[in-house]
Amino acid sequence: MPKMKIIAILPVLMFLLLIVPSFSLFEDQVGFMDWHQRYIGKVKDAVFHTQKAARKRVVVSTHENVIASLDLRRGDIFWRHVLGPNDVVDNIDIALGKYVITLSSEGSILRAWNLPDGQMVWESLLPGTKSSKSLLVVPANLKVDLDSPIFVYSGSCLHAISSIDGELLWKTDFATHGIDVHQLILPSASAVVHAVGVTDLSHFHTYEVGVMSGEILKHTTASFPGGVYGEILPVSNDRFVALDASRSVLVIISIQNGKTHLQQTHVSDLIHGSSRDTVILPSKLSGIFTVSTDTCIAFIKVTDEGKLHVMEKVDNKVVVSDALSLSEGEQAFALVQHGDSKIHLSVRLVHDMSSNHLKETVEMDHNRGFVHKIFINSYVRTDRSNGFRALIVMEDHSLLLLQQGEIVWSREDGLASIIDVTTAELPVEKIGVSVAKVEHSLFEWLKGHVLKLKGTLMLATPDELVEIQKIRLRSSEKSKMTRDHNGFRRLLVVLTKAGKLFALHTGDGRVVWSSLLQSLRSSEQCSQPTGLKLHQWQIPHHHALDNNPSVLVVGRCGSSLSSATAMSIVDAHTGKEVQNMVPTHSTVQVIYLPFTDSTEQQLHLLIDADNRAHLYPKTPEAAEIFQRESANVYWYSVETEAGILRGYGVKTKCNLDEYCFEARNLWSVVFPSESEKIIATVTRKANEVVHTQAKVIADEDVMYKYVSKNMLFVATVSPKASGPIGSATPDEAVLAVHLVDTVTGRILHRMTHLGSQGPVHAVLSENWVVYHYFNLRAHRYEMSVIEIYDQSRAENKDVLKLIVGKHNLTTPVSSYSRPEVMTKSQSYFFTHSVKAISVTSTAKGITSKHLLIGTVGDQVLALDKRFVDPRRSLNPTQAEKEEGLLPLTDALPIIPQSYVTHAFKVEGLRGIETVPAKLESTTLVFAYGVDLFYTRLAPSRTYDSLTEDFNYALLLLTIVALVVAIFVTWVLSERKDLQDKWR
Amino acid sequence: MEKGKGSRKWAVDFTDNSSTPLSRDIPDPPGFTRASQDQDDSTLSRQKKDAEANWKSQKAWEVAQAPFKNLLMMGFMMWMAGSTVHLFSIGITFSALWQPLSALQGVGKIFAPYKDSKVDLLAPKLLFIALNLGGMLLGVWKLNTLGLLPTHASDWVSSLAPAHEVEFSGGGIAL
Repeated sequence: MPKMKIIAILPVLMFLLLIVPSFSLFEDQVGFMDWHQRYIGKVKDAVFHTQKAARKRVVVSTHENVIASLDLRRGDIFWRHVLGPNDVVDNIDIALGKYVITLSSEGSILRAWNLPDGQMVWESLLPGTKSSKSLLVVPANLKVDLDSPIFVYSGSCLHAISSIDGELLWKTDFATHGIDVHQLILPSASAVVHAVGVTDLSHFHTYEVGVMSGEILKHTTASFPGGVYGEILPVSNDRFVALDASRSVLVIISIQNGKTHLQQTHVSDLIHGSSRDTVILPSKLSGIFTVSTDTCIAFIKVTDEGKLHVMEKVDNKVVVSDALSLSEGEQAFALVQHGDSKIHLSVRLVHDMSSNHLKETVEMDHNRGFVHKIFINSYVRTDRSNGFRALIVMEDHSLLLLQQGEIVWSREDGLASIIDVTTAELPVEKIGVSVAKVEHSLFEWLKGHVLKLKGTLMLATPDELVEIQKIRLRSSEKSKMTRDHNGFRRLLVVLTKAGKLFALHTGDGRVVWSSLLQSLRSSEQCSQPTGLKLHQWQIPHHHALDNNPSVLVVGRCGSSLSSATAMSIVDAHTGKEVQNMVPTHSTVQVIYLPFTDSTEQQLHLLIDADNRAHLYPKTPEAAEIFQRESANVYWYSVETEAGILRGYGVKTKCNLDEYCFEARNLWSVVFPSESEKIIATVTRKANEVVHTQAKVIADEDVMYKYVSKNMLFVATVSPKASGPIGSATPDEAVLAVHLVDTVTGRILHRMTHLGSQGPVHAVLSENWVVYHYFNLRAHRYEMSVIEIYDQSRAENKDVLKLIVGKHNLTTPVSSYSRPEVMTKSQSYFFTHSVKAISVTSTAKGITSKHLLIGTVGDQVLALDKRFVDPRRSLNPTQAEKEEGLLPLTDALPIIPQSYVTHAFKVEGLRGIETVPAKLESTTLVFAYGVDLFYTRLAPSRTYDSLTEDFNYALLLLTIVALVVAIFVTWVLSERKDLQDKWR
Repeated sequence: MEKGKGSRKWAVDFTDNSSTPLSRDIPDPPGFTRASQDQDDSTLSRQKKDAEANWKSQKAWEVAQAPFKNLLMMGFMMWMAGSTVHLFSIGITFSALWQPLSALQGVGKIFAPYKDSKVDLLAPKLLFIALNLGGMLLGVWKLNTLGLLPTHASDWVSSLAPAHEVEFSGGGIAL
């Protein structure tokens, strides 16, 4: 019998609204509550294309493996290609003025892209014999001619490739000679390619290779006992410079009449004083090379006689650009010096080093840090002299174009490499908003609604329709800097790889503040720091309301697990670093404890490499709170290499430190290394809210969920199947999934999928886990769900007992009571491979959930959790149908309308973060990768509020019309009554 | 429309309320015996009163039985309304609950016209109350079939928050 209870009416109504589970948007709703930003990442290499081009552009390759063509006037992206994470771009160049040539994947893939629109013209694979460095030479005088090749050295082979169709013309293998080629030189108007290399770091070789045939025409060699450190750099057509293995002797190699002469000079003779860490900088200036030491950078000229002559020494913070050929054989290069909140850019001509050809000073935001790279380009001014523009890459990975002492444009490309995301509330709106502003906005409001009304009644002209759309998109409400009632306006605080913290406004995605963290910049105490984690540190809600919310940034100095920690506490409203700590201990884990002190600072435990726990904040109050709770605080570590899970509890205080605690090992779970290898672990989000412990199923039955925050999902595969898909046969591949209680180490559930392998992506929420893997037998991706229920509570079904409160449902639970659990699971095929999985989260956890799946196409797909319900069956009963259970299908449907990113792509998608809004129905979704995308989702529709485009004017009009009608009919009826009485 | 009121010219009163001939100056017409009429009158009025009491009690029983028809009607309506929650079924159920309730509230008023020293209203009243309670029960039953009564365990636990966990644990793969 179909039954529904009063309490169940709300979801029922929601289901009625939600017959088609999709959030399709209308075309005019795009950009209304979502935004999308495109980035490219830290620029590695740049090639300008300005001559004879209508649209001046610069082609760049980045550390995020993006190649992009940028507009030189505005910095916009003309086109962009994100190559895969394994397809690292080695070299880029422009050929024939119309192709962009890229060499990637350690020189094994050469591609040509059409310069105006970015279409790929050709691609050729260059399989090498032995891994080597990769070099790309595009002849400057390349002709549109089959005989005019591009030269690529990669995989120990020299390839000549036709620039027209990418055909391999010839290939010369250097691996047989045992040569490691360092430089390819193509003298202009010459029929030979010079290849310069070394064998075993002790013999120096030069080859002349015929351009047409690839035959080795000439070979010279010279012994070089000192060995070579780094690169061999050409100084001129017949001279090279190299550094010996001890890094203290410069070697000038000159080739004359087919013979090789070596000439050695001590660096200390040239540069007086200490000269450690000597490096030859790869700036190709003719006749000059640059040497960088720990104290300075020296420009050294090689005279015709082969004498070395130091021309100038500059501070080693100076950044030097590559040489730029000007007309009349002139060469120029740029130097950037960093001053106090300013940068000094100077351009010099190679022939005249003594004076600056151009000197400019540009104001620079100190939050951009130092200049990391500079690329220059020249243009001809109206007075026929040369002007210069410089593209600079800053420490925070931003890209700027400088011209005539001004920043023409800047791009915040650090946002392409986000490490961690958190959110912060905006300040509360202060009372006393000016009346004029209110009136203005009231008028605007009314105007907007009248326009909307016109639109609804189809009376609006096309111009007005455009206006309506504009009003909707530019709603001033959404980008205000104050807290709103619904909790839609927030700050997204993101930590980037460059160690910069950005706060983005959820309304329009603009950067509210950005701050290059001092603790994450290289310093004497901390070299090469990297950011690890971002946590909310202080969230003022009830107390300490005068304080701004703040976030904790945890980083590490250096790359090893035992290196010291770098920490900062940053004010989330202003971006100021409130506190900057450099503790001596290392950090391998940051644990966010569920306790706050009286100023609402969140207690954190930092676990170091020796398994000691360090408590933060370091206050007596925090220590007291922690001491009180320490008996119930546990932590665990997952050692993927060894295949061990270990659980720890607090033992004692460390000897000296008040805020340090020794751990005691409580349990270990050892996975046998010959059969299981850990590939993925997932836990519940710390801030997830669960509304209820009971799940009402068909026929008013109840199941009690096993809702525990201390549950860990661990996926292991057989070692043979830990490689990429296809590397193991179905018989060898076994995927095992475990649910582990992290307090006691008890394995709650274990299941194996035979013939399946990773990569596994999983999400754990409430009492269920959904994971995605590859089924080798079916040759398809699969998604499985496990739901876990508490059997020890299942007896609580007597209504009378429940009414009088005689049940154990509210008593606190302990993992040590070892509750009986029951699991249900089911598997489905899923078409896409997956990059990330997340789940929507709402303020109270009442709203139904959607899985957010980052697909291989870099889009985010919302999938109703009802599709992955293990209770689905082929023929659901009437009661189950009423409950909302869907009939079982073998594959999960992909509804095109439920892509939350609609027409956009979040290139290089890495993570999807969901944050609950204050409004129960709504969740905020932020997807990041190379691009950023933000939107608002209502998985069960906005059942608790009117939609933003609700037509208040129409409502008002209706009410007014009704009032008027009531009045008129009242008057009429009065009149009629009177007439009747007179009759 | 009240024309002519208060402008009466003359009137004849035909009523004769006197019972004794002494009070009258006009002798009774021949063949008319006042005594028999008097005797008759007293029995007649008793009879009349009995009849009225009878009638009243009959009427009271009728009124008391009226909810029965209502009950049948309601039952039919409920059957028609089906057992899914929608506007019609909810309306009918609530009217089925409300009608007996309001009827029970006005029991005294309904039976007031039949109040008589000779008529025993207790039984009809009890019947009336019983039938109305029956109607109400029907309504409650309907409410239950619609699933709007908290009679299952799920109704008492469906919004019960998860129990507090004693232990806390955190950690994961080394960063």
